[in-house]
Amino acid sequence: MKTPLAMAIAAAALTLSTAQADEPRHGGTLNTVIQPEPPGLVLGMIQNDPTRKVAGNIYEGLLSYSTDLEPRPQLAESWEVDDDGLVWTFQLREGVTWHDGEPFTAEDVVFSADVFHRDLNPSARAVLDHIESIEADGDHTVVFTLKQPFGPFLLSFEAGTFTMVPKHLYEGTDFRDNEHNDHPIGTGPFKFENWDRGTVIELVRNDDYYVDDLPYLDGINWHVIPDGASRAVAYENGTVDVLPNGTVENFDIPRLAELDNTCMTEEGHEYFSPFAMLWMNNREGPTEDKRFRQAVMYAMDREFARDVLWNELGNVPLSSFGSNARFHHDGLDPYDHDPDRARELLDEMGYDGEEVRLLPLPYGETWTRWAEAVQQNLREVGINVRTQSTDVGGWNQRLGDWDYDLAFTFLYQYGDPALGISRTYLSTNIERGSPWNNVGGYENERVDELFNEAATAFPDEEREALYHEVQEILHEDVPVGWLMELGFPTLYRCDVKDLVTSGVGVNDGFKDAWLDR
Amino acid sequence: MSFFARFAQNRGALIGLIILLAIIVMAILAPLVFPESPWRMVQRPFLPPMEVDGFPLGTDTMGRNVAAGLMHGAWVSLLIGLVSTLVALLIGVPLGAVAGYYGGLIDDALMRFTEFFQTIPNFALAIVLVAIMQPSVTSIVLAIALVSWPPVARLVRAEFMSLRNREYVEAARLVGQTNRTIIIRQILPNTLSPIIVLASLMVATAILLESALSFLGLGDPNVMSWGYMIGAARTVIRQAWWLSFFPGVAILLTVLALNLVGEGLDDALNPKLARERS
Repeated sequence: MKTPLAMAIAAAALTLSTAQADEPRHGGTLNTVIQPEPPGLVLGMIQNDPTRKVAGNIYEGLLSYSTDLEPRPQLAESWEVDDDGLVWTFQLREGVTWHDGEPFTAEDVVFSADVFHRDLNPSARAVLDHIESIEADGDHTVVFTLKQPFGPFLLSFEAGTFTMVPKHLYEGTDFRDNEHNDHPIGTGPFKFENWDRGTVIELVRNDDYYVDDLPYLDGINWHVIPDGASRAVAYENGTVDVLPNGTVENFDIPRLAELDNTCMTEEGHEYFSPFAMLWMNNREGPTEDKRFRQAVMYAMDREFARDVLWNELGNVPLSSFGSNARFHHDGLDPYDHDPDRARELLDEMGYDGEEVRLLPLPYGETWTRWAEAVQQNLREVGINVRTQSTDVGGWNQRLGDWDYDLAFTFLYQYGDPALGISRTYLSTNIERGSPWNNVGGYENERVDELFNEAATAFPDEEREALYHEVQEILHEDVPVGWLMELGFPTLYRCDVKDLVTSGVGVNDGFKDAWLDR
Repeated sequence: MSFFARFAQNRGALIGLIILLAIIVMAILAPLVFPESPWRMVQRPFLPPMEVDGFPLGTDTMGRNVAAGLMHGAWVSLLIGLVSTLVALLIGVPLGAVAGYYGGLIDDALMRFTEFFQTIPNFALAIVLVAIMQPSVTSIVLAIALVSWPPVARLVRAEFMSLRNREYVEAARLVGQTNRTIIIRQILPNTLSPIIVLASLMVATAILLESALSFLGLGDPNVMSWGYMIGAARTVIRQAWWLSFFPGVAILLTVLALNLVGEGLDDALNPKLARERS
């Protein structure tokens, strides 16, 4: 009789202790690093990644997104759309205040979207082009009327894209010169406290946050540590508890991940889904020939690059749409590593050994090594590759001037093909001078048609059919090489709980985080 | 005493010569021992030395054979060292000769020009030159040559100044030889020994410069060199010591050997000085 009783007690105790461990607790300041130091913290005015990371905890958008890119309520409590997909009505949360105590209302939304972002924010402008009008209906209702249905509309309300800024502080002022830029005021779970340039940015708990109990942390300190090795040491010696993506060298990640009490997650990059590509100049030289571009795809050992260079983080893409992109087509024949097939294609086109220049991305060791691996892969199938090394300025300039044959890059996908993918393939997006448009110079009328139709088609089933057709064409034409969907690993102490809960990771992750110590 | 006997009297020089010959043999044999490209990824990455047959020095971050890289790298290092020294001599010797022989205004002009190069730190200038010309073997050779010719010019100038009033030069002038003939046929051969000694040391410096440039990522991305190997291994030094250790030792030995040989040459070519020194 005694044994079962003891077991029951033990089991009860175990349940109790797990229950305790799962119960979020208040208190504690979290230390992390920000790399590089952001130029400023007013989100919407500044779009750099470090600004997004820090200020994503100060400012908010109408919606946030799960790691599956499902929209979740944030400042908007609920939303509905009419049957034509044209009129979107957002119900705002009541009782929300800015960090200075003023109430947040529908007027702020109209001002932020229609005035502030139209003036300052190029990525919001791409969405605004599809919008006919934005109107407040009372204090807590906002109505967006579109010119035509726009598929990715609901994905545009992330804090970093459509940041809500306080109308009462910015209206009628010179936005860039506003005195409040030095002391950002948002609605988020943390308030700006202090910025000691070159050392630390301190955020403290917003006691008046509209969600009861949140946030659990008393504050966040973003340390500025300029050297990669020093950042790793800061984590090892306990100065910081969280290493957001991109803060330490890839080679260092496995070593750090094996440290005691260290967890790693690859979640929290779904909204950006950075996609590494190899630009191929579709205008001239051997890369003009489709068979040559296909041969390049067969020649590259992309699994090797992922396993060895990126320490198994990330994913080898099937084709033009990332594996977690919406409307991704998974029925295409993969371009496996097949050097023989590559040689056959080169023979077929009669490649004569003409020199092909390869431009690596000058973003550090991993990218340099990657270019070396690709160079070797291509040489093994008989392509005469010459690598040209350059700095960031030179890279921008050469791509902008189309003075390249093959070039590394990576691009964000922003959750929807119409926001992040079509820009790489549309012939209307060919313009000299920028390394971020259709640099490859790919032109295909049918592809243009399909992308344009799909962007405004409604409902989603219709978009899916169009996007599947476009993927089939692109897969055959290989306008660019699809290298890898990059992993965005976040390293953190295991007793930091609920850190990465959204599709933008640590950018808004500290709202739910708590310390189990 | 023969030239070689005088050279061999300096033990260090003999050792240096042996090391240098070994490295040259290594460079020549590289394509035979490792016919495949040293860039080829052949085994699993981070293989420690002596663990698997055929990989005595292990593999690097991408599974490339370190031994193959080392041997192919010897070729690159020696080639760049030699060619850039030759180019530096081609610039420095004529300039120094003309300045020393004619003197006066010509000398002033040429020496101010030389000093202009001397006031800029060598390495900084080399970095700028390579960055502007885009890294390639040619641009690296040129950059190294352009920063290392001034000492040659100054040395040759000094030699010419001391020799130009010797009796045999006067005699040559009396029989009507042109200035050019006097410079090339009469004086230059007599300045060769210090030039040879200096050149052997310059090869060593050039190898170091090339390694430093490659270490900083300014090497030719298409050739495997020792400096590149160390630079690429820098970030993983805590996980894989052998990646930077072996090329480091190779650079150390080569530069040491060249310095020893240079000293031996000095002894052999200037026996008087050598005797005074000992």
